[in-house]
Amino acid sequence: MLKRTSYLSHSYDNPEGHTLAVYEQKGGYQSAKKALGISREAVVEEVKKAHIRGRGGAGFDCGVKWGFMPKDSAKPAYLVVNADEGEPGTFKDRTIMERNPHALVEGCIIGCFGVGAHVAYIYVRDELHLSKQRLWEAIEEARKKGYLGAKPFGRDYPVEVYVHTGAGAYICGEETALLNSLEGKRGEPRLKPPFPAQFGAFGCPSTVNNVETIAVVPTIFQVGGEPFSRVSALHDFNDGGARLFGVSGHVKNPGVYECAVGLTLRELIFDLGGGLSTGTEILGVIPGGSSCPVHRPDEIIDVPGDPRFEPYNGKSILDLPLGVDTYRAVGGMLGTCCAIVLSDEADPVLAFHNLMRFYRHESCGQCTPCREGCGWMERIANKIVEGTATMAELDEISEIASNITGNTICAFGDGAAQPALSFVRKYRKHFEDYILTGGKSQTKRLVA
Amino acid sequence: MAFTLSVEQERELEAILSRYPNKQAACIPALHLCQAANENWVSPEVITFVADRLGLSTAHVQGVVTFYTLFNRERPGTHQVWVCRTLSCALRGSDQILGHCKKRLKVKEGGTTKDGKVTLRTAECLASCGTAPMMQVDKTYYENLTLEEVDKILDQLVAD
Ligand SMILES: Cc1cc2nc3c(=O)[nH]c(=O)nc-3n(C[C@H](O)[C@H](O)[C@H](O)COP(=O)(O)O)c2cc1C
Ligand code: SF4
Ligand code: FES
Repeated sequence: MLKRTSYLSHSYDNPEGHTLAVYEQKGGYQSAKKALGISREAVVEEVKKAHIRGRGGAGFDCGVKWGFMPKDSAKPAYLVVNADEGEPGTFKDRTIMERNPHALVEGCIIGCFGVGAHVAYIYVRDELHLSKQRLWEAIEEARKKGYLGAKPFGRDYPVEVYVHTGAGAYICGEETALLNSLEGKRGEPRLKPPFPAQFGAFGCPSTVNNVETIAVVPTIFQVGGEPFSRVSALHDFNDGGARLFGVSGHVKNPGVYECAVGLTLRELIFDLGGGLSTGTEILGVIPGGSSCPVHRPDEIIDVPGDPRFEPYNGKSILDLPLGVDTYRAVGGMLGTCCAIVLSDEADPVLAFHNLMRFYRHESCGQCTPCREGCGWMERIANKIVEGTATMAELDEISEIASNITGNTICAFGDGAAQPALSFVRKYRKHFEDYILTGGKSQTKRLVA
Repeated sequence: MAFTLSVEQERELEAILSRYPNKQAACIPALHLCQAANENWVSPEVITFVADRLGLSTAHVQGVVTFYTLFNRERPGTHQVWVCRTLSCALRGSDQILGHCKKRLKVKEGGTTKDGKVTLRTAECLASCGTAPMMQVDKTYYENLTLEEVDKILDQLVAD
């Protein structure tokens, strides 16, 4: 269901939208004031009612995550905001940091209070220089007003927010790699458990949340948890609120669009994205960052035994509302809700090749199946594109990917295996043509 | 020659250190600060300096430097250009952009022009997929690129 909203994006078009003045005109910092006027437990309860599923890709319920934080720990606690935004196809967090940084700062104040922290670190990938600058400016403005510091809104609950910088490594978006990187180490993921809520930043209880997850928190206290959840078409799936949807690739109007949760891919691609920019049909869509399986438009929704799916069964996957559990139920993954669209002008084998290169380049190398597997898949991809691969090697890809899945320290391995498995299975004929004709039968291009 | 920071940069380092519960956490921001103060590369002297100031072993700092792609272990050109080539950009012509840059600058990926002005690199997704194709020049993003715009940008860099 297409329902445009503007909770986060109300001032995106205003060149001064990043300033405190504009933010306060729109009621900014009233939510933090409200939240700091009630108890920590009440804050977490309100967030739970909104059913905000983590916007970073895994879709874990934000309020539930906050509830895992210990109540009477002797150690300090930390809120860590994941602004590493590196998932291919994903470009929504950057719009918040550049155009509405105060929403994130206000979210950090409420978040710190909710998880029992006095310090929030926003881990921004180094390349996003404008984001870092806008965040520091927003922090400074908020501190001058006393919203940050010793007594925000008169409450004896000191809060500080700092921007921390990465140095170029996709894997640092994985939450435990991010924590290591924050601590000044190599950004290698840690084995879980222990989970960050017990042993996070500096060995202390920590909550890691995505930029958008935290930036939408002020809206919860403005609208109310339950009413905000009901803005979503997927309230019955405990997937509430509104979120930023991105669309890139072969559409006329790529960009970020804020809508109620429950938008469909068809609406995103045609109503918001303006339809295909090239070609006549959709070849495939990756719904939320490259680590999700790709979908073909001729995939039919079939989830028996759950009445919530009755309106959708029998329809194309393009008509399934984009939700964490709706996509899980059809063997997909919602991810970051930023879709990459491939028209029939694009060659799926080259798309696969592009992604395999990415994953080989970004594997941190700690786990053998991931390090060796990603390298191996890339080598086969190279051979396929060159026209020197065999059918046996094509089948090897699925075998390698299956052996990575579930056998690694972090979810990067699965993230590399998903596109490999889905591309090879869903576009098998294209792959076979490459092999049978030495690559000659193909358009050999990604762009029209 | 030993590496040192200016008075102002020293103050910046103090500010960085004040944000964390221990000195080690300042490692990456401190390396960024020093790299910027050292013609954009992390020399062995920079590693010794950072290790010394943060009370870390040089091996630890070296390990951090080698992990992250944005720490240069050799001096790059005056300007650094990164062309994003991941899927969303590739679908909108990043190959042509990269090919054009190579031809214009007469360098390969990772290479620096003869006059030392520009280093050309490729990047993985820079969170600008909705405005693809794109490239980053030093700290600035250039989005929705056409070949004409690339020419203008490169002309400017070479003329600088
Ligand atoms: C390889 C990998 C890369 C990731 N990159 C990001 C990222 O760039 N930004 C992000 O918010 N989450 C990323 N995540 C997810 C985080 O690990 C974590 O689930 C998320 O930050 C939690 O926040 P949320 O619950 O608010 O979504 C990544 C996960 C993996 C496995
Ligand atoms: S799965 Fe890959 S990226 Fe994750 S820890 Fe293992 S080697 Fe590193
Ligand atoms: S793919 Fe180039 S910016 Fe994302």
